[in-house]
Amino acid sequence: MALQLATHGLRKAFNRRMVFENVDTAVCEGETLLIAGRNGSGKSTLVKILCGVLSPSKGSVTIDGTGPLNDFTRMELFGLVSPYLQLYDEFSAMENLQLASALRGLRGDVREHEGLLERVALDPGRRDPVHGFSSGMKQRLKYALALAHHPRILVLDEPMSNLDADGTTIVRGIMKEQRTRGILVVATNDLSDIDVFEHKVDLNVRA
Amino acid sequence: MSAHESTTLRWIRAAVAVFLKDWRSELRTRYAMSALVMFVVTTISIILFSLGGEGASPEVLAGMLWVVIFFAAMSGLSRTFVMEEERGTGMTLQLLTPPGAVFAGKLLFNLVLGAGLTLLTVVLYAFFINGFIVRTLSIFLITITLGSIGLAAASTIIAAIIARANTKGTLYPVLSFPILLPLLMTVINATRLASDGAPLGEATGEFQILISYIVVVITVSIMLFEYIWKD
Repeated sequence: MALQLATHGLRKAFNRRMVFENVDTAVCEGETLLIAGRNGSGKSTLVKILCGVLSPSKGSVTIDGTGPLNDFTRMELFGLVSPYLQLYDEFSAMENLQLASALRGLRGDVREHEGLLERVALDPGRRDPVHGFSSGMKQRLKYALALAHHPRILVLDEPMSNLDADGTTIVRGIMKEQRTRGILVVATNDLSDIDVFEHKVDLNVRA
Repeated sequence: MSAHESTTLRWIRAAVAVFLKDWRSELRTRYAMSALVMFVVTTISIILFSLGGEGASPEVLAGMLWVVIFFAAMSGLSRTFVMEEERGTGMTLQLLTPPGAVFAGKLLFNLVLGAGLTLLTVVLYAFFINGFIVRTLSIFLITITLGSIGLAAASTIIAAIIARANTKGTLYPVLSFPILLPLLMTVINATRLASDGAPLGEATGEFQILISYIVVVITVSIMLFEYIWKD
């Protein structure tokens, strides 16, 4: 069944400070939603609300017309890559992947995790803690973590941050593949990050 | 396997994963353990020097034992949530794990850490403090077991609350004291009974209070945790 992610009259305010209001959009399987807006316009806030880690002040997020989702369903559906999502620095890349599976209540497949690390051009044999990684390598590992459970909705907040040319190519491949198997949501203020999108939420006009 | 069983199994796996993550992290960083051990050793040394070889009454010694345990717990048991906030991994955990499993895993971690703390304190206290005698071992063992469970349970939910505050260090003991006061008064009383050599039956009232305290704190924590953890 085709998946649909929709928002209905979303409004978010922190105390008296309004971030955005009346955000209505719907995106279906095979499509991309672009969330655009300048710094401080609420892109990351909207991303957090979509992923269920922040509650809206008003309105709702629905999947196939229903919501809110139970915790495990939400966790299965969403994969998130964002600058504020931190890794466990004292563990290695593989340990972080195994940990993410265990925290989702799943049994981690080591071979699959090795394949994921290779896909983002990280050495699966590397056993040193993540705190020694460069910011670009950490960003690549975040992609491996987000893809480990094959999410049907992949949400990317500032997808190219800290990545070099090779990393950017890898991410473009991941974005292209996601469009064939689910929904892609990209929050960015750099339109060169994204090749094609069907829907757009422009927070500049709502802020 | 039914869908319900599957969800329950995943929930348990997630809770165990939170516990193991914290435990492995602690073994690598020794953040809470170092703070706890240093605090216990320092405090017992100060008590030892201030007593100067002279004994004190069982009431005073029972009270001092729990003062050491209380303040050591304040220095170490909050780390489990505060570290997630300080490192920014709280949101990662929110995204990956149901709130109930996070609380269960963190509670389990604090129970193990709290039990280790109590054991270390009791061993050092009994070895070094002159005049600390336990005449009814059964009362003492039940008291330290229930006391450390109650301390860990209350510390876990208070840590979750203060982890979101800016003044984490000072807020923790201030917020903990009124919540832990009924527990502390009861365990001090029960420890005094154990020192006096009272029969086991005489401490039944204290045990009932401790069990009720644990049940109430854990129940309220489960009900409140999702609201504290999210947003």
